[in-house]
Amino acid sequence: MKRLALALGVVLALAAPSLAVNPDEVLGDAALEARARAISADLRCLVCQNQSIDDSDADLARDLRIIVRERLVAGDSDTQVKQYLVDRYGEFVLLNPVMGPHTVLLWLAAPVMLAIGIIAVWMAARRRRRAEPVAEMPPTAAELEALRDLEDSGR
Amino acid sequence: MATGGLGQLMSIELGHFALILAFAIATVSAVVGLALWRANGRAAAYLQQSAILQFLLVAAAFAAVAQAFATSDFSLALAFNHSHSAQPLLFRITGVWGNHEGSILLWVLILVAMGAAVAAFGRNLPRDLLALVLAIQSLLTAAFAGFALFTSNPFARLAPAPFEGRDLNPILQDIGLALHPPLLYIGYVGFSVCFSFAIAALISGRIDAAWARWVRPWTLLSWTFLTLGIAMGSYWAYYELGWGGWWFWDPVENASFMPWLAGTALLHSALVMEKRNALKIWTVFLAIITFSLSLLGTFLVRSGILTSVHTFASDPTCGLVILAILAIVIGGAFLLFALRAGSLRAGGLFAPVSREGALILNNLLLATATAAVLVGTLYPLLLDALTGRSISVGAPFFELTFGSIMAPLLVILPFGPFLAWKRGDLVAVAQRLALAAGLALFATILVFALRGVGISLVPVGLLLGFWVAFGALADLADRAKLLRVDLATSFRRLFGLPRTAWATAIAHFGLGVAVLGIVATSAWEVELVTTMKPGDIGRISGYSVLFDGIAHSEGPNFTSDAGRFTIIAPNGETRIALPERRIYAASGMPTTEAAIETYGFSQVYLQLGEPGADGGTVVRVWHKPFITLIWLGALLMAFAGLLSLSYRRLRVGAPQPARHSTAAAE
Repeated sequence: MKRLALALGVVLALAAPSLAVNPDEVLGDAALEARARAISADLRCLVCQNQSIDDSDADLARDLRIIVRERLVAGDSDTQVKQYLVDRYGEFVLLNPVMGPHTVLLWLAAPVMLAIGIIAVWMAARRRRRAEPVAEMPPTAAELEALRDLEDSGR
Repeated sequence: MATGGLGQLMSIELGHFALILAFAIATVSAVVGLALWRANGRAAAYLQQSAILQFLLVAAAFAAVAQAFATSDFSLALAFNHSHSAQPLLFRITGVWGNHEGSILLWVLILVAMGAAVAAFGRNLPRDLLALVLAIQSLLTAAFAGFALFTSNPFARLAPAPFEGRDLNPILQDIGLALHPPLLYIGYVGFSVCFSFAIAALISGRIDAAWARWVRPWTLLSWTFLTLGIAMGSYWAYYELGWGGWWFWDPVENASFMPWLAGTALLHSALVMEKRNALKIWTVFLAIITFSLSLLGTFLVRSGILTSVHTFASDPTCGLVILAILAIVIGGAFLLFALRAGSLRAGGLFAPVSREGALILNNLLLATATAAVLVGTLYPLLLDALTGRSISVGAPFFELTFGSIMAPLLVILPFGPFLAWKRGDLVAVAQRLALAAGLALFATILVFALRGVGISLVPVGLLLGFWVAFGALADLADRAKLLRVDLATSFRRLFGLPRTAWATAIAHFGLGVAVLGIVATSAWEVELVTTMKPGDIGRISGYSVLFDGIAHSEGPNFTSDAGRFTIIAPNGETRIALPERRIYAASGMPTTEAAIETYGFSQVYLQLGEPGADGGTVVRVWHKPFITLIWLGALLMAFAGLLSLSYRRLRVGAPQPARHSTAAAE
């Protein structure tokens, strides 16, 4: 029963599902273990195919999981634990890439594209409106209702 | 087998010859079609016959390979490398596409099947458009049949023929392999028809609402199958890979997800074009992009750039040739687009607040989401190639970027179907959706009252899921005038609604359901990792899991250690679960087969780990609340696609018969 209680690992909100943590690795302190799981989900198993060390049953992943827990027990913060592994294994170990000069394009690509899209749509709309303004009189509620009925009748 | 030997020898070589012939005919057809598409329908008639002939020839080639696999004819090198006579018949046959060469052959088979379908169902099309579309399909067939023949030929032989094969990768020996690749490929390759229509529009310079109607069934068909293929792949990974995850943001998954996102955008923009004759250039652009992403997906998976369970070992020349095809097809398409897009005239006008406006917003967000996934997938490859620096872009990155683009999309989604074309009234729509919004808020608060309150993104996700689902129901209720007219009239209206209205509501409802499943299972999944001996009991989320013991057994081509567990549900119901550890005889490869028990929408997932030192066995148990909603939502979306596809007036395509059927129906 003691072993069972010890082994009870609970995944907290939005943590990735996992397979590979073995009962003997789990820390006694539930809060520390939860932090270890969250950190593990963000670290890549270097010899696997796009798996976090939390998901992988490879030996290396097991070693890394144990290192993470050792560092946490030694009192490191989450950032310090990750930095410890980056120092040894390189940035490749981080599944969530850091923001830096070499990743600025990666992080900014989506927002910049969205901004360009919004500006393009807005400019196209303005150009069109200037060329041919839509009739100023808005349809009445009854007209809109009739339109919707017409659409449902299959036109 | 003695007489069969000669017969098979013949049929493998005949199959090879059929593929060569298909390649030759496709090449000639592409040239003839592109040169003579204006020539008064004669080219179209020839190309129709050619398309059907190409299909028959590739089908014969495929059948030859399939027969060699089914009869374990290991003189076919492909069968020797990827099959074993002890495998059940189903896995011997599905093994045909469980490898690089065979999956390319399947790709080509579906490509020519699509071409033949265009030829068969395209009688309503203008002859010159039909000729152009078929010519471009033939061009694609020539490229990929050529690729199959010259760099990844499935017909290579071995002499003397080995007595036994090397076995199919055990992970692939599953019903999933029978369904996932064909569904996915029908989706991928189906978009080639949309692509061909887009190129035909650019070449001929003619594009209008009728074009959108002709393309619509192909977009719907491809999108539906891609939805099913991705959902099937996700569920397969969930139960087979054994760690209970259902989406990993793996580059290969992203490769199938990008065409889906772009295809979803295409589905919506084609709607604007069909009804309002607007967004033409953008729709053509999306049609090109969607198929380009399908090709990119094929390239990423088949080139060996990525390593995953999907990438069967293949030599680098394959990758280079696919890259060349990719560059020519995509580059050519965009060059044509740049040169000719100006000749396509813009259509109907509309105010910013309108159905068109909402659909543009939909497209903007879906396109951004596609771009985000594309950048995230390719960035590490490019950075490594250019600077030699290795970084990882994994699930945490995609969840953040993709999630923050999807959230606003889910917020605006319910408004779309309520808005009128051309000019809508946002205040009136908001009033009509107030009840749905109130219900969504109430449901979210109710769930949290029952589950306990925590500070996280979970309530936001739940609210969005409920909002989208209730918004879709509100759309149906509003169209039926529920509570505004008497109930009988409402029901009559409800069932008299066009199937497209139903399809829209069901697809959007399905998306809401999937979002709820994703949020619920991420938030409340519980895991138990423990060492158990026979007689031990584990407790998880109110379920008791009793370990009875392990039994050894022999399968057809594997040996198995099956754990026997008794699961006692909170309501007292008992079930037996048998998770297995298998060793496949031919390859010596171990696999785990999880046991999954479904309770309502939730599942208990059991996985048998390694035997421990003290005679116990490592057992991993998860309770995954509402996880089946994810795939149920996807199935609803696919069902909506089929429903819309079955709508005769749209399937027929040509505007003239549509009017007749309306008149008949009214």
